[in-house]
Amino acid sequence: MEKRIENKEEIKEVGFNIEEKERAGSFIQSDNKIILTRSLQEGVEVLPIDKAIEIYPEIKDKYWGKGFEEIGIDFEKKTEGGYFIRIKKDTKTIFPVQACLYLKSKKFKQKVHNIVVIEENAQAHLITGCTSAKDTEDAYHLGISEFFVHKGGFLNFTMIHSWKENIEVEPKSVAVVEENGIFVSNYINLKPVKKIVMYPTAILEGKNSRARFNSIILSFPDSYHDIGSRCILANSGTSAEIISRSVSYGGIVIARGHIKSTFPSTRGHLECKGLLLSEKGIIHAIPELETLYQDVELTHEASIGKIKKEEIEYLASRGISEEEAQSLIIRGFMNVEILGLPDMLEKEINKILNKVKNASKI
Amino acid sequence: MLKIENLNVKVGDSLILKDISLELGENERLIIFGPNGSGKTTLLKVIMGISGYEILKGKIFFVNKDITNLTISERAKLGIGIMFQNPPKISGIKIFQLAKYICDNEEEIKILAQKLKVDEFLRRDLNVDLSGGEIKRVELFQVLLQKPKLLLLDEPESGVDIENISIMGSVLNEYIKETKCSALVITHTGYILDYIEGEKGCVITNGKIRCRRQPKKVLDTIRKSGYDKCEECKWKKE
Repeated sequence: MEKRIENKEEIKEVGFNIEEKERAGSFIQSDNKIILTRSLQEGVEVLPIDKAIEIYPEIKDKYWGKGFEEIGIDFEKKTEGGYFIRIKKDTKTIFPVQACLYLKSKKFKQKVHNIVVIEENAQAHLITGCTSAKDTEDAYHLGISEFFVHKGGFLNFTMIHSWKENIEVEPKSVAVVEENGIFVSNYINLKPVKKIVMYPTAILEGKNSRARFNSIILSFPDSYHDIGSRCILANSGTSAEIISRSVSYGGIVIARGHIKSTFPSTRGHLECKGLLLSEKGIIHAIPELETLYQDVELTHEASIGKIKKEEIEYLASRGISEEEAQSLIIRGFMNVEILGLPDMLEKEINKILNKVKNASKI
Repeated sequence: MLKIENLNVKVGDSLILKDISLELGENERLIIFGPNGSGKTTLLKVIMGISGYEILKGKIFFVNKDITNLTISERAKLGIGIMFQNPPKISGIKIFQLAKYICDNEEEIKILAQKLKVDEFLRRDLNVDLSGGEIKRVELFQVLLQKPKLLLLDEPESGVDIENISIMGSVLNEYIKETKCSALVITHTGYILDYIEGEKGCVITNGKIRCRRQPKKVLDTIRKSGYDKCEECKWKKE
C-alpha cells in the first residue's frame, strides 16, 4: 500500500506531518492513487474507502450516502478513492489523525468520497489538508465527506485548503450527530484558488448534541469563495455555533451561514466577520436564522468593513509602526484560538498561518 | 521638553483649539482642568498625532524637534506616551503580546503587571471584557512599559475605585520620581493630584487656555465657583 511520498513540501504546508510524529493515523491520496494509509493507535482504523467496503460491506448500508439522504441532497456517485476513518467505541485519541488529498496531474479531476465514523463515546481530532503540485493546471477537486458522530462521541475536524489560481474545488459534506455527540468543523483557506463552493451541513439528530463550524478564509485577487455552514437543530437541547472570519485581499467572499431549528428548546449563534483590505475585493455576508418553534434562542452578529483606523493608531501610539500594527490586527482577526484545537495542533496551524502571511507579505 | 506655539485645530467645521501656546520643561507636570468638550482631550490627541484633527496653524516641538508632521509611532519612539480615556477593544491581540512588543524584558513586564494588578488579565484580548477601572490599569501598564519622557494622561482616575486610584497613583508617582519625566494630566476630580506633584495648572474653556496657576488653587476655585468663574477670573489670559 505504501508508496514513496513525493511533494513533501506542499504536503507539509497543509499540516501533514511526514514523520508521523504525534499522529494517531495517516492517509495520503495523490490524484486517484492511495499513497499511504496507516493506523498508529489501537482503536483507530484508517483505510481506503474501497477497501473498507470490501472488508466491512455493511458500511454501504449503514453509512454510504446516508448523510446526504437525510438532508435530501444528491451527491456524485462516481468517485475514486477517499478515506474511511473509524474511531472505535470508547477510544480517545491523544494525537490527531491526519489525511492529505493531493492534486498532481494537469487537468485531473479528483473525486473522493470520505467517511468518518466516531463510535459511542470515542473522541478524535482529524486534520485534512488539501493541496496541489506547483505545476498543476486547471485541475478540479470534489471532496464528498460524511461524518457520523455516534452517542457521546466527539470529532474535531480541521480542513486546510492550499490550492492554486487555476483550480476549482467543491467540497460537499454532511455530519450526523447523535445524542450528546459533539461535531466541530474547522476550515482554513490559505492560498489563491479559482473557485471554492461549499456549504457543509450538520444535522443534530440526538438530544443535547452540539455542532460548531469555524472558518478562516483568506481571499486573494481573482479568487472566488462561496462558503457557508449550515446546522439543523433537530432534537431538544441541541445547540450550534457558526463562526466565520474572512479577509479579502481582493477576492470575492460570500460568507453564508444558516441555523435552522426544527425542534423546540434549541439554541444557535452565528457570527460572521469580514475584513476588506482591498477595494477590488467583495465580502457579502449572508447569515440566516430559521425556526419552526417559539421556544428557541437563535442569534447572530455580522460585521464587515476595513480595519479601524482607531485600532491602528492605538497600537502605533505604543511605538509599533503603522504597518506592523495593521499586520498585528489582521493576524489577530484570524485568531486560531476560536478553533478549539489541542495546543499542539493550534501551534502548528499558527505556524502555517504565519508562514503564509510572511510569504505573501500581507 | 514640549513646546506648543499658537496651535489652532479644527474638527469638521468647528475650531476646537484656539491659539494654544504652552511650554513644559523637563521634570515638570502640567495639570489641565476644564469642562467637558472644552478641547482638553483634543490637545492630548493632537500632541500624539491621532488623526481626525486638522492643524490650521501652529507647531508642536518635542525635545527641540518639530514633530507637527510626524507619524504617531515616530512620536511614540521619540518618547511620548499616552493613556487613552476610551481605548479601542481589539480581539485576537493579547495584552501580554502587546506588552512584549513594547518591552522585551519579560521580567520587567511581570513586575509592573503585578504592581498594577493586571497580571491576571495578561492573557486576555486587548481591552475586551475588562471593566472601566481594569482598562485604566492596563492603559497605565502599557504606557509605563514604553518608558516615555512625556506622559499624556487623559483622566487617569475616571471610573477607578479609591483602592485602585491609590495603586495607580503610587506606581505613577514612583515612575515620575525615578525617571523625572514630564506629564500633561487631564483631571476632573483632582484625586490624582494626591499622587502626582503638579507644578503647573491651567484651565481650558472653549478651546482656549484661560489661566495658569498652581493646580490645587485652580481646583479650589473651580470647586467653589465652577468653570463660569474662569471666564471672569482675574488670572484670565486672552
